[in-house]
Amino acid sequence: MELTHIDTAKARVITVSENRIDAAIAISFKDRMRELTEGGPDRILVDMAQVDFIDSSGLGAIVAAMKQVGPDKSFELANLSSTVQKVFKLTRMDTVFTIHANVDTALGGGLANAG
Amino acid sequence: MPAEALCFMGHAKDLHQSALTPQKNEMKLVFPADPVAVRGALKASMSGLTNLNLTIDERGVIEIVLAEVLNNVVEHAYAHHTSGVIELRVKRGADRLHFTVLDDGVPLPDDGLPETPSHSLAGPVDDLPEGGFGWFLIKELTQDLNYVRSDIRNRLDFTIALADTRVS
Repeated sequence: MELTHIDTAKARVITVSENRIDAAIAISFKDRMRELTEGGPDRILVDMAQVDFIDSSGLGAIVAAMKQVGPDKSFELANLSSTVQKVFKLTRMDTVFTIHANVDTALGGGLANAG
Repeated sequence: MPAEALCFMGHAKDLHQSALTPQKNEMKLVFPADPVAVRGALKASMSGLTNLNLTIDERGVIEIVLAEVLNNVVEHAYAHHTSGVIELRVKRGADRLHFTVLDDGVPLPDDGLPETPSHSLAGPVDDLPEGGFGWFLIKELTQDLNYVRSDIRNRLDFTIALADTRVS
């Protein structure tokens, strides 16, 4: 399960370096997300650009990751592929998550100033 | 593992069966019931359909449905089995693809397709559902969904309508 992160002034951007979040890696995704969302900035943005596909286990793991983060932090997604968007839309999870077209728009160009 | 299941595994080596071509309107894949093998089977299935003029949306629908159906078999039908075999058949029709999934695991509860009550997403984040999406997605994205339990075997049939079923 390949997740990397970079902290900007106001947000932790977590990049999912996997093509799929599916039943085979749902549990390790959730565990790794817990490690990466403890501490750090209060705003978490998950960059899904490399994720072509999620199944319902993957969706469940993303929901679980948001729950782990708790109400004091914000948990947002960016760069959903068309198939990933379809799963969010059909399950109406697109109404629950804050979803951004890309990381730059989410941060208002903030990533360029990171680190 | 029953002898019949081992016999299926033999067919899996027949790569000519695992793609739709202008000469071949059916394909069949046989694979072990575990999450990593399901990943491989999904990849093989989508690759077997590359000769069809599918839209990106149609490919997405097919892959989502197959993932949910096959994961269900691994997680439920074979939940208490140390090993199991899944057979997937795909047949090209005039305006749709016909899918059949066979396994020798336990039957669906009450021998039928589960109800899919709609979850409320309006409450606090802590109350959001983390599961139960699988059958909902299958029902939303397929037509002619039919489940039959016969003897020791589960059989799930469904179709997915396509704009264009020509093979090139």
